[in-house]
Amino acid sequence: MPLKHVPPPARDPAWRGHLGGALALLVLLWPLGVATEFRPWTLFEPQSLQVSGRFLGSFWPLALDGEFLALVARETWRTVAMATAGVALALVIAIPLTLLSTRVLSLSALSGRMAAGPYALRQAVRWLMVVLRSIPELVWALVFVRVVGLGPTAGVLAIALTYGGMLGKVYGEILESGDAHATEALLRNGAGRLQGFAHGLLPTSAAELTSYTVYRWECAVRSSVVLGFVGAGGLGQQLDSAMKMFNGGEVASMLLVFMALVALADRTSAWLRKALG
Amino acid sequence: MDIELQDISARHPAARTGAAPALRAVGLRIATGEQVAVIGPSGAGKTTLLQVMACALPPSGGRLQLGGQAPWALPRAALQRLRGRLFLAPQVPPLPPRQRVVTAVLAGRLPAMGLWASLRSLVYPDDIPAAHAALECFGLGDKLFDRVDRLSGGERQRVGLARALLAPARLWLVDEPLSALDPTHARQALATLVDCARAQGITLVSTLHQVDMALAHFPRIIGLRAGTVVFDLPAAEVTHERLAQLYAQFEHELRGDAPDSMADLPEPPAPVALQCR
Repeated sequence: MPLKHVPPPARDPAWRGHLGGALALLVLLWPLGVATEFRPWTLFEPQSLQVSGRFLGSFWPLALDGEFLALVARETWRTVAMATAGVALALVIAIPLTLLSTRVLSLSALSGRMAAGPYALRQAVRWLMVVLRSIPELVWALVFVRVVGLGPTAGVLAIALTYGGMLGKVYGEILESGDAHATEALLRNGAGRLQGFAHGLLPTSAAELTSYTVYRWECAVRSSVVLGFVGAGGLGQQLDSAMKMFNGGEVASMLLVFMALVALADRTSAWLRKALG
Repeated sequence: MDIELQDISARHPAARTGAAPALRAVGLRIATGEQVAVIGPSGAGKTTLLQVMACALPPSGGRLQLGGQAPWALPRAALQRLRGRLFLAPQVPPLPPRQRVVTAVLAGRLPAMGLWASLRSLVYPDDIPAAHAALECFGLGDKLFDRVDRLSGGERQRVGLARALLAPARLWLVDEPLSALDPTHARQALATLVDCARAQGITLVSTLHQVDMALAHFPRIIGLRAGTVVFDLPAAEVTHERLAQLYAQFEHELRGDAPDSMADLPEPPAPVALQCR
């Protein structure tokens, strides 16, 4: 049978679709820009440049006197403590919720469909996590400031609730996207759910879980700044008052401390990933 | 543990509706302590048969009894206890890559361990001598503290088999235990499995692609093709004719003993040639 020849194609037959998709995306973005009053060119008008230039110029010289540095050190420690305690409490909330909601640990789903009771429980736990994380930590903090008064406790509780929901959701996704073969085999051979988790899922996904937790700790450090603005204490509260007093040098010094904390979290995460991976 | 299958049919949960079931009207009776090899071409339903026997896959029809109990009529906790008394070794060894060999092997004991003991075993391996002895049986004693992802494919498969020696099981269901092993290790591994099972009175059912190995090590051979039992005979009665019939059109899979007399057999039907258009 002779081979059939076709002429070489002149162009990619999918080009119309690609072009149409790009145009549709632009048309969709337009109303979003209008809704957010997105006008970046106002940034570069002479008046705006003057205002931001004056603000940034006030950053120098940095505030480096002994009394201020001692205050920053104390408040940094409080901020780190708030983030760490918040994440630790969030773990206490997130781990049981993860264990309850992970599909891989379902015994009935081992052989076909998950049974109705466990399915309903998993959905309920998922909804609980949605509620926890859909309320921003700022709102939780405003609630708790009224209950427990001004201070870091409100910040810790706010971080714990919001982050508990976030960690639970992402832990569940990490565990379900990992290789379930080892866990499945353990459960099929009669191991319990927690045993399957400890000996199957955990060693498979330990590095991902750890690096996500450290990243969330980093986010908690940033959150605690915003929470400080509403009276939850820590560096954020100092930053707030320095901004209100137009003390640029103090603002810049505290921003440098934040950069150092984020860099520290980054290094810790890289080191832990290497140690566990 | 004895096994009884009456008129069992089964289909894979992910199978398309309307696809032929993987097992059709399979009836078998395997007595306690018996050693059976299941052979047959690819897609014959060997793995599905093991999964049905392991209570991993509920049959879509027929009656299954394990040790006098109907597993799918049991409450879930009792079913899980029953699963703890059997050991299913999948073809791909279910070992978390970042775990150490000693922990992975000892995980075979999980059904007999309490939660606290199994968590403690993650920190300090529970019974190092037993893990070492099990690995020694497969010539891997020196790999005890290596990480699983440092092992070769064949070594991982043997670690997966060593797990069986530690499982508190009275029934071993082993899927293609030799698929990643060279001939020497394959012979050694199979001899170990068969001898250990015999010494402890454990029922052993294994699927095998190596027909010569099956005939040499197992007293009873079940030939499976297209989801039905073609023959169920003592090894001595499995003739070349029967094998040729079992593997008709799959001759390339028939490895081992038979070739000398295969020449006498009638010419197999010519395979349908794929035409390049």
